[in-house]
Amino acid sequence: MIRARGISKRFGDTTAVDDLSFGVERGEIFGIVGPDGAGKSTLLRMIAGILPPDSGSIEVDGVDVASDPFAIKENLAYMPQRFGLYEDLTVEENIHFFGRVFGVSRAEIRKREKGLYEFSRLAPFRERLAGKLSGGMKQKLGLACCLVHRPGLILLDEPTNGVDPVSRREFWKILYGLLSEGVTIVVSTAYLDEAERCNRVALMYEGRFVLTGTPGEIKASMGGSLVEIRPSDVWKAEAALAESGEFGTVIREGTALRFFVPDARRADARIRAVLSRKGIRAGTAMVKTPSLENCFMEIISGGGGR
Amino acid sequence: MKSGRSLGRILAVAGKEWLQIRRDARSLALSLVAPALLIMLFGYALTVDVKNVSMAVYDMDRSTLSRRLVEEFSHTEYLTVRGHVSGYDEIDGLMDREHIAMALVIPAGFERRYKSGKSVEVQLVTDGSDATTATVAIGYASAIVTNFNLDLKIRELARSGIRGPRMPVDVRSRIWYNPELESKNFIIPGLIVLILAIISALIASLTISREWERGTMETLITTPVRGHELVLGKLIPYLFIGLFDVAATITLGYFVFDVPLKGSFVELVLVALLFLAGTSSLGVLLSAATRVQVLSVQAAMVVTYLPSFILSGFIFPIKSMPIVVQAITYLVPAKYLIVLIKGIALKGVSVGLLWMQIVFLAIFALLVLAGSVRKLSMRLPEARS
Repeated sequence: MIRARGISKRFGDTTAVDDLSFGVERGEIFGIVGPDGAGKSTLLRMIAGILPPDSGSIEVDGVDVASDPFAIKENLAYMPQRFGLYEDLTVEENIHFFGRVFGVSRAEIRKREKGLYEFSRLAPFRERLAGKLSGGMKQKLGLACCLVHRPGLILLDEPTNGVDPVSRREFWKILYGLLSEGVTIVVSTAYLDEAERCNRVALMYEGRFVLTGTPGEIKASMGGSLVEIRPSDVWKAEAALAESGEFGTVIREGTALRFFVPDARRADARIRAVLSRKGIRAGTAMVKTPSLENCFMEIISGGGGR
Repeated sequence: MKSGRSLGRILAVAGKEWLQIRRDARSLALSLVAPALLIMLFGYALTVDVKNVSMAVYDMDRSTLSRRLVEEFSHTEYLTVRGHVSGYDEIDGLMDREHIAMALVIPAGFERRYKSGKSVEVQLVTDGSDATTATVAIGYASAIVTNFNLDLKIRELARSGIRGPRMPVDVRSRIWYNPELESKNFIIPGLIVLILAIISALIASLTISREWERGTMETLITTPVRGHELVLGKLIPYLFIGLFDVAATITLGYFVFDVPLKGSFVELVLVALLFLAGTSSLGVLLSAATRVQVLSVQAAMVVTYLPSFILSGFIFPIKSMPIVVQAITYLVPAKYLIVLIKGIALKGVSVGLLWMQIVFLAIFALLVLAGSVRKLSMRLPEARS
């Protein structure tokens, strides 16, 4: 569906996207995960054909996006971070406008509207101005506007940013529904728990994909194992472990500390040694299945595993 | 098929724009009510006719002859004799308070000197701080005194037996198209053009920059809407508003200000629509170029107001401008519409005779329209916040 070859984009001195090559297959949901400023939005804009890359090429459905942006537009939906809903138009008017701009007939819009209201649960608000909707409802309306023309490829830029957990869950349910219809979805997010829901994930950092694969592959690719301890003093322990420099990035989760070690069995003794020197009891060390967040933090801090 | 889709997109944009205009009471008021309001306000205020100039008379002679002269002054609608004074300090006081703009001073012995065959002098005191009124008032006074002299001379000659003296040259002016030489007849058409230019460019200047500011442009450019479709779609509702404004202002000019309408009303509206296509596109061009509403509104004000006022021939005759400035006036669409409105309304000329103006208006509209489509890139700006 998407083929990107060596694409780069610079804004002045900063390189937003740095020599990226990747592919997205038809019918999959591809997640781009990374912190703010990693270049996610720039990448999505280039795929959408509204920002030409400085170098490299992107093909969508075999069409070069930069040279013929209009060729893909009718089959594409792009939902920017701040979706451009017309806040002075009602929910219904927004859906109709986007439908008609994409060349859907009025009769057809009427037909599809029902389905859109069903999944978005916006039916009771059809007459409400879009500007008067809550954040979650706005995002769902944005998605509904993107879907009136039944696109084959949907690009979503942090669609659940600032949306409450319940709405987020609903939103993902909708995305899975679309996936079953054969739609290809590219979604960027800063939430790593959302990335776990994708078929394939790219971890993006400073304009590059530092890792690409299924969530399982990424976790498997991390050398060593994730150790969790519950020390007597979590704050002091965190400082002591970081100070020793023997372990990767230490992540604190409540009263627990997690970090990667090359070999769990041998590390156990070292951990106890480091902590007891500061008078901290280490508690039992357990080997955990790493989450994507653990992997991501480990990778961008330049620790082991790569 | 393809053009059908394109038309569909244009209409979708037009419909959306119309809904937005309808919801925005302020801009709707600005676009529908303001032109009529401005015509009423400035139509009454803007006049260069000097009428009813207030004056006082300081008659030191108080003779039959002096009274006859004063009578001549009060028999014209251009001058109004407010009353008699008995000293220069009174004249001074009345002028300071702007009660009068001129005073006629008749010296003592006026009649006696005339009868003894000597030449006599009267004095006109005018308020030079309003130079226009002063100049015109002096002109009126001189004309009155000349007539008065003539009248005295004829009587003298008649008394000495000569009848019906012959005047060597007699000027008989006949003024066409505006027989009363009323300034409103050229000010109101000019005013209509000025107001249409400003309002149409102003409201159109908000359209693209508003899309950029509200973030809707980023979505729009990923839709299949082409630049020209977006511009045309946005222009359609504004042209309808313009049509209403044209009809409203012309109707007001006709009924309230009695500006004659000798030619075809339909032709007038059509040429005005062509003009509006140009000025509205100018607004869109500025909007697409600046991408910020505050800037685009100011730019629209500047590029329409001053040129339409100064360089259109509205107030200042183009023929008396320096050649370079005259050349620049060809870029001012208001110039053509003023000629057209005057031609159609005052002279009753059919548009066929004024085709040159129409061609120029069409060229202007097409150029600006093409410019705004060019300027409206359907891509994101390179410089990012």
